[in-house]
Amino acid sequence: MNNSKETAEVTTPVNSSRRDFLSKAAVAGTVTIAPGIFLHRTAGAAVADTDVSEIEASEAADMNTSVSTRPLDQDVSNKNRWGMLIDTTRCATGCTDCVDACNEENGLVGHGRPETDTQYIRKVTLKSKSTGHELSLPLMCQHCETAPCADVCPTGASFVRADGIALVDKHICIGCRYCMMACPYKARSFVHEAVENQKLTAPRGKGTVEACTMCVTRVDNGGIPACVEACTAENHNAMIFGDLRDPNSPLSIELKKHGGKQLRSDLALNTGVRYQGLNE
Amino acid sequence: MSKIEYTSLEGKSLPYFGLLGGLAFMMLLAIGSVFYMEHEGHHVTGMTNQIVWGMPHVFAIFLIVAASGALNIASIASVFRKKIYEPMARLSALLAIALLTGGLIVLLLDLGRPDRLIIAMTYYNFKSIFAWNIILYTGFFGFVGVYLWTMMDHTVYKFKPYAGFSAFVWRLILTTGTGSIFGFLVARSAYDAALMAPMFIVMSFSFGLAIFLLVLMATYKWNNMELGDVVLNRLRNLLGVFVAGVLYFTTVYHLTNLYATQHHDVERFLLLDGGILTSVFWIGEILIGGLIPLALIYAPGVKNCRTTLGFICAMIIFGGFSKIYTILIAGQAYPLEIFPGYEVSSSFYDGAINSYTPSLPEIMLGLGGIALTLFIVAFALKVLRFLPVSLADSVADPHHVK
Repeated sequence: MNNSKETAEVTTPVNSSRRDFLSKAAVAGTVTIAPGIFLHRTAGAAVADTDVSEIEASEAADMNTSVSTRPLDQDVSNKNRWGMLIDTTRCATGCTDCVDACNEENGLVGHGRPETDTQYIRKVTLKSKSTGHELSLPLMCQHCETAPCADVCPTGASFVRADGIALVDKHICIGCRYCMMACPYKARSFVHEAVENQKLTAPRGKGTVEACTMCVTRVDNGGIPACVEACTAENHNAMIFGDLRDPNSPLSIELKKHGGKQLRSDLALNTGVRYQGLNE
Repeated sequence: MSKIEYTSLEGKSLPYFGLLGGLAFMMLLAIGSVFYMEHEGHHVTGMTNQIVWGMPHVFAIFLIVAASGALNIASIASVFRKKIYEPMARLSALLAIALLTGGLIVLLLDLGRPDRLIIAMTYYNFKSIFAWNIILYTGFFGFVGVYLWTMMDHTVYKFKPYAGFSAFVWRLILTTGTGSIFGFLVARSAYDAALMAPMFIVMSFSFGLAIFLLVLMATYKWNNMELGDVVLNRLRNLLGVFVAGVLYFTTVYHLTNLYATQHHDVERFLLLDGGILTSVFWIGEILIGGLIPLALIYAPGVKNCRTTLGFICAMIIFGGFSKIYTILIAGQAYPLEIFPGYEVSSSFYDGAINSYTPSLPEIMLGLGGIALTLFIVAFALKVLRFLPVSLADSVADPHHVK
């Protein structure tokens, strides 16, 4: 409750440029959330305009919420546990909207060397060996509660925030790649070359390790990850983002109703990303 | 045994300076390789997002493992009170320090950000076995350094047993830590085995002793110093036990995996379908690094043949590299099993067997580590008295009857 109060306090009247922005954002399907609540969010991929913009939420019916976002002047707390649910039955083979959005959001460009090019999220095609059932799903950092990457990192550069987002502190990553050896999901990439034209919201660095940040800057500003946004905007609705700790979040409600599988659940990592439809 | 006399090398001959010059040149090439890799980024190496640890790590881990094993001779003398090993204890400790230095330099210079050494030394995540290893390596220098001091300075000689025991315990912990770097990787099918730690300890015994023997024989031969068969045959027999030990642990490791159905696929890859990696395992690790040396060690016809012993040691070292290569590269080449029961494919090589071709700069960096090790040993032998004047049979074993 505090959050909505404080969010309201930092909200300023919407000016015309913001309305401009808002309309574009609405077209792109970026704005979500419960009626009457004001959000502030990073201006998405528009890197030149990285100021936090307050935007009025529409009454969009999608299920992606981050309503309990803390004010930016407060520390991250464990009141939230950000997570995702991916419905593989809605994820189309060949569709790369989530991947494209991620690359755009984080300024990831290929160098024609697929073995060394960074990928935060990729589409994986699966075919059951026993039934022949085929499906496709996006795979990225699973934002484990007890993350092997954070466990093995010698300097503590890999860490999990109190709200469940696994990150790399690029300032103290020494580039040993032990986290890449330890990650059960092959979710991490090493920056094999100098980085140019970085996005201000997604710092990168040659010789350090990186991975999906769950679009932490967006989430901190009340937004949703770019992949989820793109999937929703294109009406695939295969990804739900939200707060696993909030029993009333659409994510938690859906998980309670239909369940969700953790990848490598045998490792008991309590992942923040869950999957539906993974039936052989 | 009577009082042991030690000497340093004169070190004024042309071959000596030629050796130092050659090693320095190799180190220069390694430095050049490092600048190239760090300037361009790691895409110029054979390492990728699939094979994240490559040839530099093979060299580094080999040298680090061998370092703790090289200390064995000193430990057997100080901890287990075997007098015949006593004269060689100084060289053993020196070699241990030099090998660890060479290995760590290679490991450091392959980091994505080697300039952040200070961060590696000041930011510790104590849940990380890697962080513990940094402490263990640093401690090893300290313990073995003090141990050497007690061996070489008679004013502190009385502390030698304690220093020797501490160094022995520390080296066991250190190699446990090195093995656990892989043993603790729960996500990868080829690792995640508690057996890794003791297997690495036995590997260290074997690799370290093979290197020690080569250095010992070369030093005494090149300097026309006496080295008797008593010492060499004792070391040869010990080497045989260690080589058999490595084979034993390797067998148990694979048998354990073969028993568990979930590991059948990875074992099929390692033992049958892995292409070059399977060849490296069977030919490099098992045949050249294990069975042939073992047969030669106990073959009666070549008992006192030093050339054969030299070949045996070289084969064990080659087999050691093959073993670490197999552990490291094959373990990464086999894909992560994220979706059991599914055939998997993606643009990020999910489900695919990953390939690795070492690049020249990587190999140069690794060889530079070996060069640094040998340079340290050669230089130290000149400036301090590490070598017993004679290791003739009558000196090593007064009861020896010709």
